[in-house]
Parts: sequence; structure tokens; C-alpha cells
Amino acid sequence: MAELAALSWNPVSDYEQLTEFPFMVNALQAGTIVAVMAGAIGWFMVLRRQTFAGHTLSLIAFPGAAGATLAGLPLALGYFGACGLGALVLAAVSGPGRAARSGESAAIGTVQAFGLGLGFLFVNLYSGQLASLESLLFGTFLGITTGQVATLLSIGLVALLVLAAIGRPLLFASVDAEVARAAGVPTRALGVVFLLLLGLAVAATAEITGALLVFALLVTPAATAQQITARPGPGLVLSVALALAVTWVGLTIAYFSPYPVGFWVTSLSFGLFVAVRLCRAALSRRLIAPPVGEPV
Amino acid sequence: MLGLLPLSAGRAAVLGEKPGAARSRIGYLPQRRSFDSGTRIRGLDMVRLGLDGARWGLPLPGALSRSDRLARERVEEMVELVGATGYASRPIGSLSGGEQQRLLIAQALVREPEILLLDEPLDSLDLSNQGAIASLVQRICESQGVTVLLVAHDVNPILGYLDRVVYFAAGRGVQGAPREVIDGPTLSRLYGAPIEVLETSDGRLVVVGTPEPPAHHHDRHDHG
Repeated sequence: MAELAALSWNPVSDYEQLTEFPFMVNALQAGTIVAVMAGAIGWFMVLRRQTFAGHTLSLIAFPGAAGATLAGLPLALGYFGACGLGALVLAAVSGPGRAARSGESAAIGTVQAFGLGLGFLFVNLYSGQLASLESLLFGTFLGITTGQVATLLSIGLVALLVLAAIGRPLLFASVDAEVARAAGVPTRALGVVFLLLLGLAVAATAEITGALLVFALLVTPAATAQQITARPGPGLVLSVALALAVTWVGLTIAYFSPYPVGFWVTSLSFGLFVAVRLCRAALSRRLIAPPVGEPV
Repeated sequence: MLGLLPLSAGRAAVLGEKPGAARSRIGYLPQRRSFDSGTRIRGLDMVRLGLDGARWGLPLPGALSRSDRLARERVEEMVELVGATGYASRPIGSLSGGEQQRLLIAQALVREPEILLLDEPLDSLDLSNQGAIASLVQRICESQGVTVLLVAHDVNPILGYLDRVVYFAAGRGVQGAPREVIDGPTLSRLYGAPIEVLETSDGRLVVVGTPEPPAHHHDRHDHG
């Protein structure tokens, strides 16, 4: 491990230190793109209660990446290929309507286990450095190239544009599928498109945080934002802001400390979530004690 | 009526158009859907989705767009009409069944439909809420000039407000004004079970099923 940079607590010189090396600039840029994507798409995922599908996609990213390594293909191709394919499979096994949703989780779990098994096989076949397994699972935040940043940027832009275009009907279909369908919203098609977007977001995030830590950016900021506000617009913005904050602060701490980025990003988002939950619990306790005689 | 299911035979026209084509002129409230406490979206947003939730693209924020301001006003007007102003900005999952139902009626009404299609609007509400929602629907029907078509198993809470009744049972139907259709012999014949129609002291009708004679039940479980 290289010698650690020392935090001077002077913002200007710390910022200069932080951006001294191109790898760190790349990491910050890639982290920013990924955080915006994960924050926005994650918000819809949490609202639609598809975190299990998101989780499965993130685990499918692992065999994708391992398979790409084995075949000598670019890692990104493995991540995006596997997640895209996984999203289509999930869309196929998940029927429309809420009744189907309960049976869906079993089918998704099956896909998940199979994906993990495949990944294990690929890693075994590769039998190269075991270090690559660790980076597949826990990310390679600090090894991101300028080319990767450009790819991420274009993917992120496309994903956000699509999300902006379908956002409102998707919100409608997510909270009130039956009435949305009656109003002419193609709920089933939207579900498939959303799963594909989710696949993109997961693949992009997995490239950086690794397959296992995707959730720190995809779920926790979104869940925290939904604890804070029930308004859709501000909630989305807040979710993105939290994901950004967690990423930037996590990268910065990791740069100045001996512990890995993945740890800091997950701990920060976890800490935020717990803090907000506690605040809400305290607040609602105060609100719940109503004046005597008030109708409930 | 919304064109969601294909016709098995025959033809149907809704408001002079093919089913489905008239969908924007119908406000629809499906059978009881409840939002559990995890649903973190405000009642106001639910009503707003009824107005323009099916439209693609992002809305401009209110300060910039006139149509957004008009939409907000429309939503608030509807919320006030159903008497939900006090709790419309709370997450819908945290509201009671009756409160949710009021907001959902506002959602179905917000596009000024010509027909309001209510499927079991009183289902799983307590008695006082049943009465309140029934009279709310009646009030809306008159003040907004909208035709209300509702499906109900329990006819009693709405009996006083009906103009016309259609009964379906066992593949047959009876229709007419409430006083013509709702009498003991007609309903008993239709359902093939004894049903009595009583009249209360203030002239309201009440439909009750009379208890069946104790029947011999066959044990459907295998022993062993």
C-alpha cells in the first residue's frame, strides 16, 4: 500500500491533494455519474419494492464480470451484458399485478442462486489471481480509466433521459398500477423498461463499488430520502444528493485513511439511514400523543 | 367499459365510442386497494397522478408553468370537494381506509369525467364511513353532474341514493327503479335464497337475507 496522504484540514490544499493524481480524479468523476444514476433509479426501485430484483441484478453482475475476465473481454461488457440479460429474464419471470409479485420473489431467488453459481464456476476456471475475485465483489474504485469515465457518462445520460421521459407514468404505475392501466398507461412495458434501466444502473455501480456493495448507492440513499419526504420531486432530488454526498465523502475519507472505499461508502449511507430513522421515530412519538378527545 | 378486457361476444359502446376510446371520460375507482404504511407518497400526489400521471415527460416546476399551477389548483379543489384537505399532504399509507377512499374518489374525479365508475367503494369500511362515503358520492353526483355507476354487494348503505338498480345473480339479471326491483319475492327468486325487504319507520328499505335452515354438512376431509 502506498504511503497515505495526510489530511491537513485546509480545504484548499486538501482538495489539491485529492485531485493530484488522475486516478483519483477519475474515481471522483465516475463516482459522481454513478451516484446520480443510482440515486434516481434507486428511488423508483425502492418505491416499486423491487429491491430484491435490484439485489439479484447486482449478483448477476458478478458472473458477468467473471465470465468477461475468463473470456478476455472488457470488464464493462461483462457487467452491462449480464445485467441487461438479467433484467430481461427478470421481466420474463415477473408477471403483471401484485398477486404475481409474491410468487415472483421465489423465481428471482432461483435466478440469483444460479447466477452466483455461474460466477463461482468462472472464477474457478480462470484460476488466475484471486485478487480479481475481491475486486469483482468489492469494486475497483481507484482503478478507473478515463475511457471508463466517458462510457459511464454516456450510459448515465441515456439512462437519465429515458427515466425523465417515462418518469411520470412510471410513478403512476408504481404506486397505483390498476388505475394507471385504466388510464391507458402501458404498465407492463414500463416495468420491462424500468428493469433494463435498473440493470444499467446496477452494472454502472458494480463497476465501481463491486457487485456486493451496489446497494450502498442504490438502496440506502433512496430509502433514506423516502423516510424524509413523501413528495416525489424533492424525494428524487434528495436521493441523488445523498448518493452524491456519500460517494464524495467516502472517496475523500478513503483517500486519507487506510481503509477501503467500499467500507466508507456503505458505512456512511448506513449511518445516515439509521440517523434518519431515529429522528423520525422521535418525531412521530411526539406527534402521536394527541390532545385528549381528538378523533383518530 | 374501460376496454381492458376483450368482449367475448356481441358489441359494446361506451359514451358513443368503442370501449377504451372513451377512457379519458371515465373516472375509475377499482375495488378496494389499500396502501400499506410503507407507501411513502402523499395523498395530493395520488390525486395529481389521476390528472396527468399518464403523460410522458417531466412536468415543469410550478413557478415556471401556468398549466402546473392550474393543475395544482384543480387538485386542491377536488381534495376540498371530498373533504380531505386536512390530511391530503400526509403519506397515503398512513391514512385510514375512509380517508384513503375519499382521496381516491378525488383522484377518479379530477379529470372531470362524465361517468364515475366505482367498484365496491364501501368495501371494508366501517359503518359510519360507509354512510359518509355514500352520501359524498351522492353529493358529487349532483354537484358535478356526473353519472355514477357503482358495484356493491351490500346494497343497504346506498339504497337511499339509487336511481336505478341492476341485479346480477346466477347468470340472470333484473333491472329497474329501486322500488320496482327491490322486493322480497323478486330478489328471492333471483338469488334462489330467501331474502326479505323491510321498511324502516322513516320509509327506508333494508335488504336482509333470512338465515337458511340448518343444513347437514358433509365432511369433505378424508379421514386418516
